[in-house]
Amino acid sequence: MDIISAALPMLLKGLQVTLYIFVIAIIIGFLVGLVIALFRLAPIKILNWIAKIYVDAIRGTPFIVQLFFIYFGLNSLQIISLNSTTAGIITVAINAGAYFAEIIRAGIQSIDKGQTEAARSIGFTGAQTMRYIILPQAFRRMLPTITNQSIISLKDTSLLSVIGIADLTQQGQIQASATFEAFKIWLAVGVIYFIIIYLLTLLANFVERRFQLR
Amino acid sequence: MSMITVKNLRKSFGKLEVLKDINAEVKEKEVICVIGPSGSGKSTFLRCLNRLEEITGGQVVINGHDITDKKVDLNKVRQEVGMVFQQFNLFPHKTVLENITLGPIKIHGTEKTEAEKLALELLDKVGLREKANSYPGELSGGQKQRVAIARALAMNPKIMLFDEPTSALDPEMVGDVLEVMKQLAKEGMTMVVVTHEMGFAREVGDRVIFMDGGYIVEENEPNALFGNPQHERTKAFLSKVL
Ligand SMILES: Nc1ncnc2c1ncn2[C@@H]1O[C@H](COP(=O)(O)OP(=O)(O)OP(=O)(O)O)[C@@H](O)[C@H]1O
Ligand SMILES: [Mg+2]
Repeated sequence: MDIISAALPMLLKGLQVTLYIFVIAIIIGFLVGLVIALFRLAPIKILNWIAKIYVDAIRGTPFIVQLFFIYFGLNSLQIISLNSTTAGIITVAINAGAYFAEIIRAGIQSIDKGQTEAARSIGFTGAQTMRYIILPQAFRRMLPTITNQSIISLKDTSLLSVIGIADLTQQGQIQASATFEAFKIWLAVGVIYFIIIYLLTLLANFVERRFQLR
Repeated sequence: MSMITVKNLRKSFGKLEVLKDINAEVKEKEVICVIGPSGSGKSTFLRCLNRLEEITGGQVVINGHDITDKKVDLNKVRQEVGMVFQQFNLFPHKTVLENITLGPIKIHGTEKTEAEKLALELLDKVGLREKANSYPGELSGGQKQRVAIARALAMNPKIMLFDEPTSALDPEMVGDVLEVMKQLAKEGMTMVVVTHEMGFAREVGDRVIFMDGGYIVEENEPNALFGNPQHERTKAFLSKVL
């Protein structure tokens, strides 16, 4: 037990990094996903194509390759210089964005066409219809899948340790090799991830209940 | 004064021509009922009047606005044309009151308290004031349709379009909705009503249009059209539904 309590401060420091990256990346990722979903549904061919290529490219490649491409690949061009945290946030955001885009697109398309017609017949513009009528309903339906993708993205952040980000997993590695107590340390790391994801699920359930359709 | 003028209106879905050379005119305060067999193009015709359907050819002028003109501000014209759908299409995530006030607040920029006052008056009119804070999911079909009518009226339209407003209702709910529509007609609203309710067409309609196969086959005052139809197709249709 004292092994773990000795390692805990460092693990929690790692958790802080994990959560910091996760929260920023998931917010950016959601906004990217929303824009890409709207591109996908817009009556403009070029935008459809941009959205489709983006989503297919992300879905068709492993996360770790995306990470290396952004961190090592982009930096090697020596046009921009991304530190590891920035590269990590960008990768998680761009990766989640593609999946969010698909979730949001499906959510929007699941709303009955009569809703759009009713809104347009009242005199709402296309943008107002999206904002006041379609998205609020679609969002309620998407919540469970959004939660799922967020959990996947949270777990994906553990791969950021390979580019040297001092996240929870990286701290686990440091502690495991310093203490020679791999079993206990990795068990503790696992439990911490589990608790965070559990809390995230509770939060999602709470939001879902608050927004439930009557 | 002419509220709706339709000239040589044509509408195709791909290769399928659904409306073929439709000509019609609706004057202020007139109530026009549109009848005809399923698939004859009644809904498509109605939906062309606020351009929910893109128009393939011809001209549609609504209260002086040529809506087939590329430069027309459709959103503006639609504010003058209320529409009521067979499936109600209330916004399920909004209360009855919010359904009615959303348009006035967001489009007309009406103050919330002002919009709510107006909405409650409209709810009184359709007999549903006590449902103001309910959600659409808690209402019966007939109640939903009356809220949908109130929602359309909240934009203070010059014209109301109805697409089979009672077809999705249980029989005992039909009367309440028709009663609201009758009242509206009495107050001088210009209305175009696609309906299977021949009794309503006869009692409330100033003119009845019979459509078949994408054409207006016959058009007349209700008593003349129902009592003495001129065309074989009209006779055949009426003998089935009367
Ligand atoms: N969006 C669409 N795409 C393709 N075809 C359509 C579309 N909407 C309607 N149609 C076709 O156009 C024709 C006329 O349809 P419309 O809905 O106007 O008929 P209707 O007279 O309202 O019939 P009903 O009494 O059944 O409502 C039908 O053959 C229908 O299948
Ligand atoms: Mg129809």
